[in-house]
Amino acid sequence: MSASSPIISINMISKTFPGGVQALDKVSLEVSEGEFFALLGPSGCGKTTLLRILAGFETPSEGEIFIDGADMGHVPPNHRPVNMVFQSYAVFPHMTVAENVAYGLKVTRTERQQIPGMVEEALELVRLEGLGNRMPDRLSGGQRQRVALARALVKKPRVLLLDEPLSALDAKLRETMQLELVRLQNTVGITFVIVTHDQNEALSVADRIAVIDQGRLLQVAGPAELYEYPKSRFVADFIGKMNLFEGTNVGCENGVLSVLVNGLGRLEIPVTEATHADVGLAVRPEKMLLLDEHPGDAYLAFPATVDKLSYQGSETRVFLANEKDVSFEVSVRNASRDSAADPFKGRMWVAWKHADTLILSD
Amino acid sequence: MESWRKNPRLFWLFAVPPSFWLLLFFLVPLALVWVLSFGEKVGLVDVVITWQPDNYMRALDPLYLQIFAKSFWFAGLTTAVCLVIGFAVAIAITFAPARRRPLLLMLVMLPFWTNLLIRTYALIAVFRSRGFVNAGLENLWQWANGLLALIGLGELQLLGTEFEPLQLLYNNFAVVAGLVYVHLPFMVLPLYAALDRMDRSYIEASLDLGAGQIRTFGSVVIPLAMPGIVSGVIITFVPALGSFLTPDLLGGTDSQMIANVIERQFKSANDWPFGAALSFILMYITFFAIALRALWVGKRRRGLAA
Repeated sequence: MSASSPIISINMISKTFPGGVQALDKVSLEVSEGEFFALLGPSGCGKTTLLRILAGFETPSEGEIFIDGADMGHVPPNHRPVNMVFQSYAVFPHMTVAENVAYGLKVTRTERQQIPGMVEEALELVRLEGLGNRMPDRLSGGQRQRVALARALVKKPRVLLLDEPLSALDAKLRETMQLELVRLQNTVGITFVIVTHDQNEALSVADRIAVIDQGRLLQVAGPAELYEYPKSRFVADFIGKMNLFEGTNVGCENGVLSVLVNGLGRLEIPVTEATHADVGLAVRPEKMLLLDEHPGDAYLAFPATVDKLSYQGSETRVFLANEKDVSFEVSVRNASRDSAADPFKGRMWVAWKHADTLILSD
Repeated sequence: MESWRKNPRLFWLFAVPPSFWLLLFFLVPLALVWVLSFGEKVGLVDVVITWQPDNYMRALDPLYLQIFAKSFWFAGLTTAVCLVIGFAVAIAITFAPARRRPLLLMLVMLPFWTNLLIRTYALIAVFRSRGFVNAGLENLWQWANGLLALIGLGELQLLGTEFEPLQLLYNNFAVVAGLVYVHLPFMVLPLYAALDRMDRSYIEASLDLGAGQIRTFGSVVIPLAMPGIVSGVIITFVPALGSFLTPDLLGGTDSQMIANVIERQFKSANDWPFGAALSFILMYITFFAIALRALWVGKRRRGLAA
């Protein structure tokens, strides 16, 4: 099968809950076979509802869903070729680890003799070999998570759905499990769809990310594209840190956009596409430099006064403001031991390359 | 444990009045009855304490053993019927929309606010020969007869010449129906508490893994609701076993339960020592049932810990 054939097609899905809350508004997207796909958005944005619609626990008010080419309209959860890892793990407390993993095989009439071998294999896959006889209340959170994974993967689903699977783990374990999930996905080759509100998690695990806000799909892109070329103010602000300057469009000629930004004056920015709407100019903090002198024509540069510093180990965040109260946040990497001691104080030039300026009209 | 040592005065302030109450109005009368059970009736009102187990031996007479057996049968049947109906009701409440749930729970508890005697008399009005059930059936009978007449079969008297009311009262059916009616809330509430506590994602996980509704109910819902089931069974079975008002008012001559016999010993038969012995036998049985539950819970704990 080709890597680009869609395993999931979501076509104009809307969901309105009784009581009138609209969780999803005409969402359409496709997930390719073997992809690690993330649904990212703030809590309450509708991403979990979309996942539950894929699993069959919610019915869409409008639109249709195809999984592996089949219309899922009237297919109940127990007949869908997908399995889910729940946010609470939902590992059955009255069964041992092995019984939990075997459950999905037993209820679907798998050959009795094959079950123990398949369970063993699944436990090895998630590195829980030898814990088959444990009861779940004798496991750590991370181990329970692995049981939930093994239980879903042993069914060999076409798609594995993960609902905020790492949110209950502490920060260190979460990072380990992120790598683990990527390793697992590479090993089994199953399409993973993960729901998360954590942008770092989405960026680090997913091949592609769909950003959802208030039930609407804002952008679908790979991690780097999403980070470097967000298409809207919401995506720019939600993913990572962003300096945003709102401006008035005063004309676009010969590939140069003139924008009047309050407190920064009139800026001329080379653009590839002409735009006539008012725009926001956005620059990532790590793309900005702090200099003693104006660096020249390749850069946009503004004098500002250092307001405060926030030391974060690998980097230092420097907050500045100019005399018109325009604030800047610059992130400076502490590349050597000495650099942390660099004096950021007084008036400095905040500068960035023209090419690092994002123009946002949405 | 630490805190009561720190504030001994406060502890005694709160501990003494209820302990005193328990001692005076529960343990002392209980001890009196226990002593009485080893007595012998002499004359009309006098009892001599002989410390002989004669009364207990007398309770082993087949006549009384049969009534014990019948009481167990009624209480067991009541518990089983309550469990089946109660589970359905508890599930219906658990899955009802959140804003309807308080109303539904209220409906379950509403009968508690009415005196048991009045509720039982109300059941008599429902079940008697010219009661609501039979009146409803008679209407149906007349309606069906009318329908038969319409299609020209009226002459054949297919449904009999006149309506014969069902005998619903003063028999074993009436007793069990009455016991189920009275004890149903005791079953519904612990079941509801267990189901309501249960994380819905267990059910969803079972469906997600390919199990159907029935399999999910049997393999996930029932085992997870087991503490509620056990509590419900005990707090239904124990009072049902000791019921005396319901069999007294709704039962026939052969539907006596052990509590009716005990009552008669203390009143019309005027044999307090024998009544006391029967009471204690009933109590030992109840203790045994509760001890079994404690054992079960303990075993489960150890099982989980192993």
